[in-house]
Amino acid sequence: MSEKYRLNRNLAQMLKGGIIMDVTTAEEAKIAEEAGAVAVMALEKVPADIRKDGGIARMSDPKMIKKIVNTVSIPVMAKVRIGHFVEAQILEALEIDYIDESEVLTPADESFHIDKRKFEIPFVCGATNLGEALRRIGEGAAMIRTKGEAGTGNVVEAVRHMRKINSQINNLTSLGSEELMTAAKDIQAPFQLVEYVAEHGKLPVVNFAAGGIATPADAALMMQLGCDGVFVGSGIFRSGNPAKRAEAIVRATTHYQDPEIIAEVSEDLGKAMSGIDVNGLTDAEKMADRGW
Amino acid sequence: MSMVLLMLKKWLIGAGKMIITVGVLALQGGVAEHLDHLNQIKNVRALAVKKPEELNSCSGLIIPGGESTTMRKLIKDYNFKEAIIKFNQQQKVIWGSCAGLILLAAEVEGEKEDQLGLLDIKVKRNAFGSQLNSFIEKNMIPKISDSVQELVFIRAPLITEVGKDIEILYQKEDQIAAVESRNLIGTSFHPELTDNNAFHQYFVNKIRNKIS
Repeated sequence: MSEKYRLNRNLAQMLKGGIIMDVTTAEEAKIAEEAGAVAVMALEKVPADIRKDGGIARMSDPKMIKKIVNTVSIPVMAKVRIGHFVEAQILEALEIDYIDESEVLTPADESFHIDKRKFEIPFVCGATNLGEALRRIGEGAAMIRTKGEAGTGNVVEAVRHMRKINSQINNLTSLGSEELMTAAKDIQAPFQLVEYVAEHGKLPVVNFAAGGIATPADAALMMQLGCDGVFVGSGIFRSGNPAKRAEAIVRATTHYQDPEIIAEVSEDLGKAMSGIDVNGLTDAEKMADRGW
Repeated sequence: MSMVLLMLKKWLIGAGKMIITVGVLALQGGVAEHLDHLNQIKNVRALAVKKPEELNSCSGLIIPGGESTTMRKLIKDYNFKEAIIKFNQQQKVIWGSCAGLILLAAEVEGEKEDQLGLLDIKVKRNAFGSQLNSFIEKNMIPKISDSVQELVFIRAPLITEVGKDIEILYQKEDQIAAVESRNLIGTSFHPELTDNNAFHQYFVNKIRNKIS
């Protein structure tokens, strides 16, 4: 493991137990930082608006990203399209802290993800199952997140991915060493990483929840399911009272095992984002199917 | 408890023969890594501290790495500030690593927010820049261990000024990265992200020496 890759995995460890919030302006970034976000994701449109507006979604304007970097002291992340390594080169040149190679943007390559080992900057990637997570880690991702349907306000997909990954990890730990190569073949994952998971009973990198998280209870649910932290996208700045909701989700994540505190912070948050039923989406509208 | 028993208990703790509880402030950040290192030390019970009253059972406390702005907010929101200051007044040992160092500092460059302010130092946040400038250094810290250790700096702060009762444990050129006072330790790097347990052992010894 290169020293840079190790440091990049370490940075993700320092984000554990925290909330990473989608922000579209410097003002929102400030609100997120003051509410206790551990990092912000700088993007031009939150996923809910990307869905609404349609068209091609791309990396954000560097000027807007720089403005956010200059506004907050917490780490700043930004998204690139799947496979768009030049967008990633640009973000690395901007010296942000983390890149999200994200299915929320329109994919730029239908077969290949970015070879993230060529970069010094850390990457986070989405995964719907263990094989996908390990393929991304094999390519150099230093952090994984679930791939819940962004912009829907519906947590069901993130829950599905987390449960799937957990159950696949549990399954691997019960296998004999002679069974691991076939397991690697079945889930289409690099053998060494399958071996690691079988031995340690966990991913070699931090795993956050993402997609559809809209309430403090959603965040605590994902934490109780075993996530290390939570991304909240449209759920905050498309709700009635962003500052209050952001703070409540931060607290619920710290005290995810304490229903009394979650109840207290859930009071009087105003209107949650209205949301979309995932079952009403056509296959073409589902973002989780992007990525290979 | 009779005088004799009390003295015996203190001696047993000092000699590492009696279990002590060491807390790790578990509001956000690299909590599990510190808990793992502490649990490897004989007769130490590591406790993830989420509520101020849980400090009562602890003989020492680690404030871990993470995001200092997030932790500072949660410390304030959950009345940890008074509890940690009281903990310090009881002569119990506190160690802050990275974000924890920032929170302990009396002064943070360019910031007015209220810190715990227990350690008489001035620190500079993100002293090296963004994640691209994070690095690992290999060096010896004589007071901690006579073997070379990995010092992991991640978006790390640096100590820019120290008060007169502060001992510098590690500095490279003019960059101060580890300090100690009577009841406090501060490091801008992360010993919990290495396989080496020397720093945690040193911290536990300091706790035991305080008690006995």
